Amino acid sequence: MNNLEQYDEIFMETFGVEKSALNESFINENVDAWDSIGHMNLLAELEEAFDITLDDDDLMNFESYEGGKDILKKYGVNFD
Amino acid sequence: MEFWKDFSEASDKVALIEDEKQIKYGQLEEMVNQLIKKYDNRKLAFLVCTNTIESVAIYLSLLRAQIPVVLINEHIENELLAQLIDLYKPFYFWDNRSEELNGYHKADSFERYNLRMNQEDIDYPIHEELGVLLTTSGSTGSPKLVRQSYKNIQSNTDSIVTYLNITDSDCALTTLPMHYTYGLSIINTHIAQRATLVLTNATPMQKKFWSLIAEHKVTTFGGVPYTYEMLKRVHFFNKDIDSLRYLTQAGGRLGVDLHKEFAEGCADHNIDFVVMYGQTEATARMSYLPPQKTLEKIGSIGIAIPNGKFWLIDENENVISEPEIAGELIYQGENVTMGYAQSFADLNLGYDNGNVLHTGDVAKYDKEGYFYIVGRKKRFLKIYGNRINLDEVEKILKQKGVDAVACGKDDNLKVCVLQDADKTKAEEVLLNNTNIPRFGMKVYVVNEIPRNSSGKIMYTELENSL
Repeated sequence: MNNLEQYDEIFMETFGVEKSALNESFINENVDAWDSIGHMNLLAELEEAFDITLDDDDLMNFESYEGGKDILKKYGVNFD
Repeated sequence: MEFWKDFSEASDKVALIEDEKQIKYGQLEEMVNQLIKKYDNRKLAFLVCTNTIESVAIYLSLLRAQIPVVLINEHIENELLAQLIDLYKPFYFWDNRSEELNGYHKADSFERYNLRMNQEDIDYPIHEELGVLLTTSGSTGSPKLVRQSYKNIQSNTDSIVTYLNITDSDCALTTLPMHYTYGLSIINTHIAQRATLVLTNATPMQKKFWSLIAEHKVTTFGGVPYTYEMLKRVHFFNKDIDSLRYLTQAGGRLGVDLHKEFAEGCADHNIDFVVMYGQTEATARMSYLPPQKTLEKIGSIGIAIPNGKFWLIDENENVISEPEIAGELIYQGENVTMGYAQSFADLNLGYDNGNVLHTGDVAKYDKEGYFYIVGRKKRFLKIYGNRINLDEVEKILKQKGVDAVACGKDDNLKVCVLQDADKTKAEEVLLNNTNIPRFGMKVYVVNEIPRNSSGKIMYTELENSL
């Protein structure tokens, strides 16, 4: 499984959505399950899967599916 | 005097802050008095609660007008709301939703809130002391409500204000929903002292939370265990928290490690860290661990609140008179609520149990009289601060045609089914018919449910097999 597949898998599993839902409009305020509890779970899964630790600013700025990729890139997680 | 009466002496003090809006007590007084005029008769009201100025002002107007009110979770499932309306037949219905409500017409409004009234002239007797009704578990979707009297609310508010030493220079940030007894008690106690409330849904995972604390010089907020896990994750003690005077924790056991970490960190930062214990059935609080004792008594729920009393009973209902022996925790105080309601017919009932509450928790006390919860008599869990009755979870699943056994630990509900096909169905029912967050539960398919010779389910064995 490549990084993108793994990233998608974690989103689908955490929020109980299909792959087709993962696009530009997948933003925390549009997703019911993406509350503070969902956020903690999502970040914990991503950190474990990619073996990284997000700093507080990145953690708080992680607000969307697409934006999240840019944040993870800073930690050397490549999606190309 | 009850805290919801006459704010005029504090006219110039800021009462409520929400985003860019600030309301002083003088303005709040006017608002509440205007709202009171909208009610004609003492009939039941529902209020869909939000952490907004309107929601707090409406709540205070209902208290002042002596209109009994059911506080409703703004995220309630439609099916449960319809069931509650059917069972309790409210005459007044306050909400901030745009959709029409079946059986009600929009009679009036207040800023973003609508006052709807029942199309029928509902008339049934309501006990004169009944003030506020709250859901018991919030999460399993039971329509059972706890009946709180005006005396209950005022008495518990007085006790909390005393042991937390809340003053008019405090400023509390809402970290919890208003329909939840702990969130409500934070609103009550700070209004009582004419302190300031910053109303928000921001969480520690958002920058806004931290900027609100710095901007408004917030002195306090409360948290359930999960809140403290979030605070730890975002390095709470490295944040700009100089304005904080005290933090409270309730809504479940914090765990020894987190308790220690926050007790030590708060001591370093000159913040009082106060672990508390309570139930909706006791209005809100029953005990607190004094902050100067918190490091010495890690894991303890402390001592009974002022004007309250704790004792333990053994299986034969005899009072336990020695330390370190476990028994059911019993509480006595004026904050012990009137009892439960299952429908509007129960709203005319008085106090069911005097002022004594059997908590269902098993506890012991140490030589100095500090209490520790060691187990539970009844089968329930806490999921993110909300109490979940496991038997009720099984009942809800059964009603939807799924045979299941519920077990697990706090924040980790485990539901066991015997067939693969039931797994998806159980997940659907739990997500759609209860408010249990998806992260707090998991459904397992098992080969068999272990039972003892008399046919009773052996829950511990079942859990160990997962």
